[in-house]
Amino acid sequence: MTIPVILGVATLVFSLIHLVPGDPAQSMLGESAALGDVVELRARLGLDRPVMTQYVEYLSRAARGDLGTSFRYQTPVTKEIGARLARTAQLACAAMAIAMLIAIPLGTVAAVFRGRAIDQVAMTLSLVGVSLPNFWLGPLLAMVFAVGLGWLPVSGAGSLAHLVLPAITLGAALAAVLARLTRTSVIEELQELYVVAARARGLSWLRTVIRHALRNSLVPVVTVIGLQFGAVLTGTIITETIFAWPGLGRLLIQAIGFRDYPLVQGCILFIAVTYVGMNLLVDLAYGWLDPRIRVR
Amino acid sequence: MTYRIGLALVIGVVALAVLGPWLSPYDPAAQWLPLRLQGPTWAHPFGLDELGRDILARLIVGARISLLVGVAVVSVSASVGLVIGAIAGYTGGWVDALIGRVMDVLLAFPGILLSIALVAVLGPSLAHVVLALVVGGWVGYARLVRGQALKLRELEFVQAARAIGAPTWRVLRDHVVPGVLPALIVQSTLGMAGAIIAEASLSFLGLGVQPPTPSWGTMLDAGRGHLLDAPHLTLVPGLAIALLVLGLNFVGDGLRDRLSPRG
Repeated sequence: MTIPVILGVATLVFSLIHLVPGDPAQSMLGESAALGDVVELRARLGLDRPVMTQYVEYLSRAARGDLGTSFRYQTPVTKEIGARLARTAQLACAAMAIAMLIAIPLGTVAAVFRGRAIDQVAMTLSLVGVSLPNFWLGPLLAMVFAVGLGWLPVSGAGSLAHLVLPAITLGAALAAVLARLTRTSVIEELQELYVVAARARGLSWLRTVIRHALRNSLVPVVTVIGLQFGAVLTGTIITETIFAWPGLGRLLIQAIGFRDYPLVQGCILFIAVTYVGMNLLVDLAYGWLDPRIRVR
Repeated sequence: MTYRIGLALVIGVVALAVLGPWLSPYDPAAQWLPLRLQGPTWAHPFGLDELGRDILARLIVGARISLLVGVAVVSVSASVGLVIGAIAGYTGGWVDALIGRVMDVLLAFPGILLSIALVAVLGPSLAHVVLALVVGGWVGYARLVRGQALKLRELEFVQAARAIGAPTWRVLRDHVVPGVLPALIVQSTLGMAGAIIAEASLSFLGLGVQPPTPSWGTMLDAGRGHLLDAPHLTLVPGLAIALLVLGLNFVGDGLRDRLSPRG
């Protein structure tokens, strides 16, 4: 299933440049560009050839890992992506770690105290977390912790301190989703007979929840963390723009600003294929975590 | 309780958009440059922006744009999704398989990535934002309706309608569509929150509504440069987006509880 999807994604990304109103080469160079320059760029991009030839060539080059040459940087698109990939990965991993650190305890506490005030507060908090757009949360955090208190740098990258605000901004919405899911999952597990059995054997309530119910309820949570990877990936586009974090998302927005279409196509294709690959890994991991699925 | 709070928030924003001219007498484009970045006063309750424009007046126009985008994106996406999903789920076979593959490809673009890609090549404008959000948005509705239609077509009353010779379009219109509507209404409410955030995100990134037209996203983007000297530029539009989205999420959650068969 994955290969036809990737082929479809590549087809859609290829067709992007053909959706540019008018001549893409003219659009990239600007209205005042000399005709000779436009013709030369059109030839360089392969736009002077039949569309089917362009398509076949695009697919064959992409399959070999060649995503073309950036118009602005005059370097291979893969090189530009590669140079920023580690930063985006660092930000995404930190955001997911923060989300788990907040969500799992919060969701568990809400489940254990289901229906009580603490549960309602936790769930309302999580709905607020989902509703807070990261392009507002980011500047708010910067306003308080960077501008007001001066504890953390307002933008850029380089140290662990630079990572804190972007990671919280990116991880907040994920934390909210995960907290709700953890709560549902723990509630289901707490109704299982093995929990009653553990209690009957004299295990404390806390031990039963942590050692038994929480452990089993983490299977769907881990899966959703994988599935939420896509939201984190697109979240990096805004978060990196807010905090001037030199990653893939910022590269994409800058490329759009410069009308560097090969770079835009390369970034979009890379992010989408990474997401598809991640979903495949989640499917495989799910089977590994839950033997019943493997058997089916 | 949260449902009522949500409803109040949504009605509040709709009232702000509709009653705008009576709430703020100022032209959203009028500039008082000597007073630029001024904080809230009696004359300008939300202060003035970096060009000395009244933030309340701009917030009102922004509310109209947010609601317009939300309603337009959700109504078109839900209609397209309803038709395509119902056909796929009810007819099955190669039609379902083909629609399924198209949906798989569109779902391979996480979040608003596809919308960013489309606006990047089409150029930033309100119409392109709506189009880009619909292209990526209908799939969620179609997937929901397809799943429901698959279940419904096996139920006895639907099979009875087919058995007495009702044409496919009538079975879909009279039996399948009413069955999927409650789930679709819930998804549409939550989808509207998503569309509003997506429009604001695109505008924030400079890919949506273009200045001088005020959008909550562009207002937030402009406020980023004045976090220190004029925080109200960031606080006001951000709070407006958060409250509207929170309201829609509360309403969506409440509707889910009210409309679900178990509820």
